[in-house]
Amino acid sequence: MIRRLLDRPLPATLTVVALLGVTAYGVSHFPRSVVVFMLFQASILLLYFARMPGWLKGLLTAGTLGVLMPILGAINGYYLEIAVQVGIFVALALGLNIVVGLAGLLDLGYVAFFAVGAYSWAVFGSPQANQIFGGGAFPVSPGWFFVFLFVGVAVAAGAGILLGLPVLRLHGDYLAIVTLGFGEVIRVLANNLDKPINFTNGPKGITPISRPPIFFEPVLRAVGLDASPNVIYPLYLYFLVLAVAGVTVLVNRRLEDSHIGRAWEAIREDQTAAQAMGVPLVRMKLLAFACGASFAGAVGVLFAAKQVFINPESFTFMESIGVLAMVILGGMGSIPGAVLGATVVTVLNLQVLKGLSLWLNELRNAGVTILGFNLADLPTQLEPAKYERMVFGLILVLMMIFRPQGILPAKRRGRELRDG
Amino acid sequence: MDFELLIGILPQVLLDGLILGFMYALIALGYTMVYGVLEFINFAHSEIFIVGAFVGVEILLGLKSAGLLDTLPWILVLAVILAAGMAVSGVLAVLVERIAYRPLRHAPRLIPLISAIGVSFFLQDAIRLFESVWHNAFNLVYPTMDALNHRFELTSTLDVSVKSLVVIVAALLMLWGLHVLVNKTKIGTAIRAVAEDQGAASLMGINVNRIISLTFLIGGAMGGAAGVLFGVQYGLINPYTGFIPGLKAFTAAVLGGIGNIPGAMIGGLVLGLLEAFAASYLSLLTGGAFGAEYKDIVAFSILILILIFRPKGLLGEIVRERA
Repeated sequence: MIRRLLDRPLPATLTVVALLGVTAYGVSHFPRSVVVFMLFQASILLLYFARMPGWLKGLLTAGTLGVLMPILGAINGYYLEIAVQVGIFVALALGLNIVVGLAGLLDLGYVAFFAVGAYSWAVFGSPQANQIFGGGAFPVSPGWFFVFLFVGVAVAAGAGILLGLPVLRLHGDYLAIVTLGFGEVIRVLANNLDKPINFTNGPKGITPISRPPIFFEPVLRAVGLDASPNVIYPLYLYFLVLAVAGVTVLVNRRLEDSHIGRAWEAIREDQTAAQAMGVPLVRMKLLAFACGASFAGAVGVLFAAKQVFINPESFTFMESIGVLAMVILGGMGSIPGAVLGATVVTVLNLQVLKGLSLWLNELRNAGVTILGFNLADLPTQLEPAKYERMVFGLILVLMMIFRPQGILPAKRRGRELRDG
Repeated sequence: MDFELLIGILPQVLLDGLILGFMYALIALGYTMVYGVLEFINFAHSEIFIVGAFVGVEILLGLKSAGLLDTLPWILVLAVILAAGMAVSGVLAVLVERIAYRPLRHAPRLIPLISAIGVSFFLQDAIRLFESVWHNAFNLVYPTMDALNHRFELTSTLDVSVKSLVVIVAALLMLWGLHVLVNKTKIGTAIRAVAEDQGAASLMGINVNRIISLTFLIGGAMGGAAGVLFGVQYGLINPYTGFIPGLKAFTAAVLGGIGNIPGAMIGGLVLGLLEAFAASYLSLLTGGAFGAEYKDIVAFSILILILIFRPKGLLGEIVRERA
């Protein structure tokens, strides 16, 4: 029934608009209810599935993400935080989607590029760089943040090529293990390069990292808004993340149908055949690594600015697998799939597991008795929020067994990726 | 540079490296046996290994609370925890294969690998969940057994504890046992036949599925034994401890030539020794600039270099190019 409703433009538009309105109203009235916020997110998903003219869908999407979401975020800041996280992971998942989904190169060390981007801004956007060059010239002025978005892209792309060059000859599972090793090497370096020269400040991490400047402040003042930075920054970061994620989606869509995207898919399906048809293997594989890495680099810069503090703990193997789980859940090689996967996994981790944790804590504190068992005796170590790995693991195994093509499979999905 | 110091610690470094190396060799067997038969990296092996360590610590803690730990002979206790660890890990490995790998046996190669990574992550938190509910703690410490901690002073600079000797003796016994099993028995012949050609083996009346399960059982049991020995040797374990040793054992397997049983042992020993050298000498040789923290980088760099320049490993056969 839902499908039939969504297939006809007029009822679909009306339903989606109504649902968005009702759920948004719900969120504004029950700002603490996780369920209501998830219903709102579900309506956004329906918007994607609904059949309606392209311009209308674009308008509605822009309105929802550009107006509705910030308003809801102003009501409950935590939702904005979730939206920012979702945006960051959407961009990461899309980057990995190029490497794993399109080119079929299983990269288990993807978070290394994210780390490279994050550290490139963290070092120069904080007093940390003074430790390297001496003097007191750093941090650079916050305006450089926008330059560093591109520096992050360049540095990460360079790291991608650096990794890509030696592993060009490797296939499938060996490639996976080497990229895993590369990811670990980067993390160990970040953890230990506080001596002999202090590059990364080791496990203590780097802080304070400059945030991007509020260059539009005069405009705000001109229209009579005099908000404090504490109010502006979450919204500002949200729009920055939205812009980066949007650009990522756009670039991905352009790449997918370009001759480069087709070459990647040819390599994924059959490397030997692709080479025989004249696909330059070396150049295309390096390009895939560099492209995938560059998105992670840009997001890394943004992440460092958002967190103000970073340390190597944010760049563990678990993060790589988390992003991989997003790509696989949505469907390897599928752009809407990667977006959906990133959203679902992030929401699962930040909302569902955390919600369960809070709920369990309340039960524990209330000392409710169920079937003669006093919940106050529940082990305190039992915290659902700490079980991210279990979620990632279940996603990977269940998807591989039951639906290896993902929730929203790519349209042009031929044989499965067979060879690295 | 103080050469006397460098030479002086050499015997101890060699001994530490040997112990670590035998540990890696035992774990590497699990990777290499499965790879030899299925050409598949059992990523979850590091968790199967650490489950063995948890079984060992549970039994020891149980014995301790029953007051039996110091009254029973230590050899008996050790034999019991080794047997239990091997049994649980072996059965777990078979279950994992049955549930998460067998349905994917004819899928493209990356599919079972991703599934295995998922199993690995799932098991880590499953252990954590179990221990959190059971003990309300998931970082567990092996109870000390005085007999095992007894140290023999070989020279003034070199001493060796009973538990280290246990690791070496147990590893050698198991490697020898495995060698006999694979090369001298009928079952071993069947395993080698399945590794060579599954189709032909099944035409010869070999139950391929059963042999694959058996391979996982043996590999898992070796991993479980390594887990118990790891716990006895290093003491502190948590659900995530297994990952890095597992990765290094995989490196050892590749170093020796994956799929090759003596190769796994040699690879393990070489890697263990190199790591011990890096851990002890790096800091001395660089004047403290780079310390023992870089031993992981040494191990991974070796892995990357081998895969690039000699993907078949030290003893491996030539890896076929697959289309």
